Amino acid sequence: MKYIWNNYRYLILRRVVQIGLLVLYFGANAWGWSVLQGNLSSSVIFGVIPMSDPYAALQMLAAGALLATNLLMGVAVATLFYLLVGGRAFCSWVCPINMVTDAANVLRSRLGFNRLANKQPASRKMRYWILGLSLIISAVMGVTAFEFISPISMLHRGIVFGIGFGWAAVVVIFLFDLFVLKNGWCGHLCPLGGFYSLLGKFSFIRVHHYEENCTLCMKCKEVCPEHQVLHMIGKKSIPVLSGECTNCARCIEVCDDEALGFSIRKLAEKKTGA
Amino acid sequence: MSQKKTNISKKREPLSDRRKFILNMARGVGIAALSGFVWSAYVDEATASQLLLRPPGAIKEDDFLKTCIKCGLCVEACPYDTLMLAAPGDNDRPLGTPYFVPRDVPCYMCTDIPCVPVCPTGALDESSVSTDGKLDINIADMGLAVIDKESCIAYWGIQCDACYRACPILGKAITIEYDQNTRTGKHAFMKPIVHSDACTGCGLCEHACVTEKPAIFILPREIAMGKAGSHYIKGWDKSDEKRLEGATTKINTTEISKQKASDKLNGDMLEGLY
Repeated sequence: MKYIWNNYRYLILRRVVQIGLLVLYFGANAWGWSVLQGNLSSSVIFGVIPMSDPYAALQMLAAGALLATNLLMGVAVATLFYLLVGGRAFCSWVCPINMVTDAANVLRSRLGFNRLANKQPASRKMRYWILGLSLIISAVMGVTAFEFISPISMLHRGIVFGIGFGWAAVVVIFLFDLFVLKNGWCGHLCPLGGFYSLLGKFSFIRVHHYEENCTLCMKCKEVCPEHQVLHMIGKKSIPVLSGECTNCARCIEVCDDEALGFSIRKLAEKKTGA
Repeated sequence: MSQKKTNISKKREPLSDRRKFILNMARGVGIAALSGFVWSAYVDEATASQLLLRPPGAIKEDDFLKTCIKCGLCVEACPYDTLMLAAPGDNDRPLGTPYFVPRDVPCYMCTDIPCVPVCPTGALDESSVSTDGKLDINIADMGLAVIDKESCIAYWGIQCDACYRACPILGKAITIEYDQNTRTGKHAFMKPIVHSDACTGCGLCEHACVTEKPAIFILPREIAMGKAGSHYIKGWDKSDEKRLEGATTKINTTEISKQKASDKLNGDMLEGLY
């Protein structure tokens, strides 16, 4: 029991949050609950607080749509929220695709695909290219380009409103992550993740490394879906400042030496500065 | 032989960082161009539908596609389960956007129009369904009812006024026209007529229609209606006649040849042909 708590407490909490949010959204459509209405594109919390996907709004802007006040308020709330908790906290704590790709990742290492290709053949910068491309296509075609292909919305909307053929997109992502590229979708391609990476550069809650406790076991790098953000392990006591960190906290819980923990950005920076 | 070898090794000098960066960028642009092409072709295809019926207050389809954030708040607000969000695989329905199929569930034209004010983006425009600042569902324009006189049994001479009775604006949007049945010589036709100025496209008529496939059905107004063009003026309509005020007269004359056709043919016209 203690072992589970020590090694999986954040993972369990994340699954509870992810599934809990899905249940709340589902209940809004199915049984008229008003805790969390809408979907990840735009929601209303307790029937009052709006929250809208800032990346979708950016595409709308590129497509030439007029942005309504309600939407802008929702965008502001979402932006502030993720500035506080970490941009890609969305990815690891909210996004339903995270459960799909995590499952693919677990299965992948069990089946030995990781040993087949140790070097990743693709660049993690692709997501920023896709992000830029989505805005260009939105501008040229006059529609929100990513919103019409997003497997995230397909899955989330599908769970709340009926999935149709959307499961196919989810299966494709699962198989892609399983067979082709480790952390393929979330870590390389997803432009929404790319957007939140950019936002997350400025966010407050960070993972912090304490070098003096580190025994260089490298469990954290192994478990991290964005291991490039942990470049300071065993070298320097600094926070993880890359926006690509999803604040999933897997590194914190697998560390047996208390060499990693959550911190608030400002305090952390002062500490290292002193 | 050794000469050749040195030539090859000379060519394989390591790339400079700048060159590497430029080459990598060029690679990225190439991949982006290819994927952008496929992506935009898909988006173009996926948003091509014109036959979809939108919720009341929906702005023009082109603008709707860029403004709707696909959150489903309108769907959740609808008390009759009329509205649905297009799921992947629904033929010809732009992914994630709200629509309704009146034959299944028509719009019951709630006077408080709950689906419109909840829209966060203004894709459903409150002002387009308001008169004097008050919501007014009777001016909604979701589409227009069209009657197929070939399959409407009332036009055959069988008494049926299902659509007329179902119409929430009966007497204005649908009227019954009496006519003589010359085939029998002693019966009356009671033909339903749709009036485009009053019809909201709610689809209660289509829902009520007794024929196997509805003889009265809703089409988007732009598809259902023709256009005479501004050069036709109803001389009997005072307000339409007003358009002539201030019109200038310009007489165009064409120079007509005084020659006879045979002269023309026997003249120089054929020269050069043989």
